[in-house]
Amino acid sequence: MTHSLRGKTAIVGMGTAGMGEAPGFSAMELLGLSVREALDDCGLRLGDIDAVFAATSSHAFASMSVVEYLGLKPKFFDSTNVGGSSFEMHLLQATLALEAGLCDTALICYGSNQRTAGGRLVSMSEPQWHETPYHPRHPITGYALATARHMYQYGTTREDLADVAVAARGWANLNPEAFARGPLTREDVLGRRMVSDPLTAGDCCLVTDGAAACILTRADRARDFPKAPVYFLGAAGANWHRSIQAMPDLTVTAASDSGPRAFEMAGIGHSDIDLVMLYDAFTINTILFLEDLGFCPKGEGGRFVRDGRIAPGGALAVNTNGGGLSCVHPGMYGMFLIAEAVAQIRGEAGERQLERADIALLNGNGGTLSSQVTAVLGSAIAL
Amino acid sequence: MIDDPAKLGPQQAFEAYLAKGRFMLLKSRATGEHVFYPKVMAPSGATDLDWVEARGTGTIYAITVNRKREGCYNIALVDLDEGVRMMATVAGVETVPIGTRVRARIEAGETPRIVFNPIE
Repeated sequence: MTHSLRGKTAIVGMGTAGMGEAPGFSAMELLGLSVREALDDCGLRLGDIDAVFAATSSHAFASMSVVEYLGLKPKFFDSTNVGGSSFEMHLLQATLALEAGLCDTALICYGSNQRTAGGRLVSMSEPQWHETPYHPRHPITGYALATARHMYQYGTTREDLADVAVAARGWANLNPEAFARGPLTREDVLGRRMVSDPLTAGDCCLVTDGAAACILTRADRARDFPKAPVYFLGAAGANWHRSIQAMPDLTVTAASDSGPRAFEMAGIGHSDIDLVMLYDAFTINTILFLEDLGFCPKGEGGRFVRDGRIAPGGALAVNTNGGGLSCVHPGMYGMFLIAEAVAQIRGEAGERQLERADIALLNGNGGTLSSQVTAVLGSAIAL
Repeated sequence: MIDDPAKLGPQQAFEAYLAKGRFMLLKSRATGEHVFYPKVMAPSGATDLDWVEARGTGTIYAITVNRKREGCYNIALVDLDEGVRMMATVAGVETVPIGTRVRARIEAGETPRIVFNPIE
């Protein structure tokens, strides 16, 4: 049976700004520029926006700050902040609000200047008192612990991890907007400075600037815009812990719960998926999410990504923008999963354009493998 | 000033016991489950929680070495024999293999903390 939310809303406008490095601009200024891009993309006016969904790493009350900065008077707003997975959750929340008739034109937006502002990950995240005495370095400590456990339990190797980074770079080399371009080999990744065993600097995402915004409307209106609508087909979130200490099994993320529910809402199976966008804050993420979302059995993710399987020309298209590892990572990367899915589904992805891109699966990740939100977007063909 | 740590909320109580040189865990009378980190409620929902002395033995579940210019130290997740997991460090070594058996001790200092040593 078709889920009542499937296909009921669509992204009609998409914009990005300050991708990579944007010296001299604040996070909110970049966010504002991306909203302008999104509006121009669909031909709507600022005053048409009547719902705001926002999260950033530098605004405690993100929707409030966005409303003021843009001079909006929304009827509905939501600052749900579940880290980098916030925007996939916003897709679901916005769809609920639109479908309930609480609003007509929803803005989802994010902006960060963390690269030029300080060059390190900005976080409003409070320390966890039971972890502080051991001086974990957030977020890498949690991801390094999960990597170590996965290697111990399943024989995953550092070479497997490196192959994730190499694949991401392969895609980035086809994307003029990607921040890190140029040749990258497995040996390059393995030879980078060890940051937190077993993760080298080459296993870590970029620290860039960047902003992105999208505009959602109900599907019945979506065909009236200049560009082909990108339909919401499904989404689901799952959250089992916050600090790595409380993660039940470091080799199994909550995407193993959100994934199946998102697939069910979207009414799709794995063979329907043309594009997989996974939040790759670290190389282990891609491996864990491929397993938890059912692309390979648990424990097989390392072997699955070997030798270019997810690189350009490989069997499965994963993170075709170059990912957080090589394209853009301003702190909460989830918004850029949406941007790339929209580009591919519209056929605007240039040299990296997939031959067929009708259904995209997105998995946003927040915290230390904590909040997982899986979303499915698609073209009119997917309806 | 509350003298008896058991009368404090779980976080302050744990820290007060540590300051007195005791590594304590919360345990439910009814279900027998231990709780870490210390909370007002066990995973089952039980609130009949007593402070009990930790056995102090456990197994390394995962470990990483945080490498900085000024030096490196390890951060581990230790599965205590009581069935709960805590973040900690293995003292005096760069790292140990996952699965290593360890024993807790209290490291004194301004803020005392639990550290582990490998069991020979």
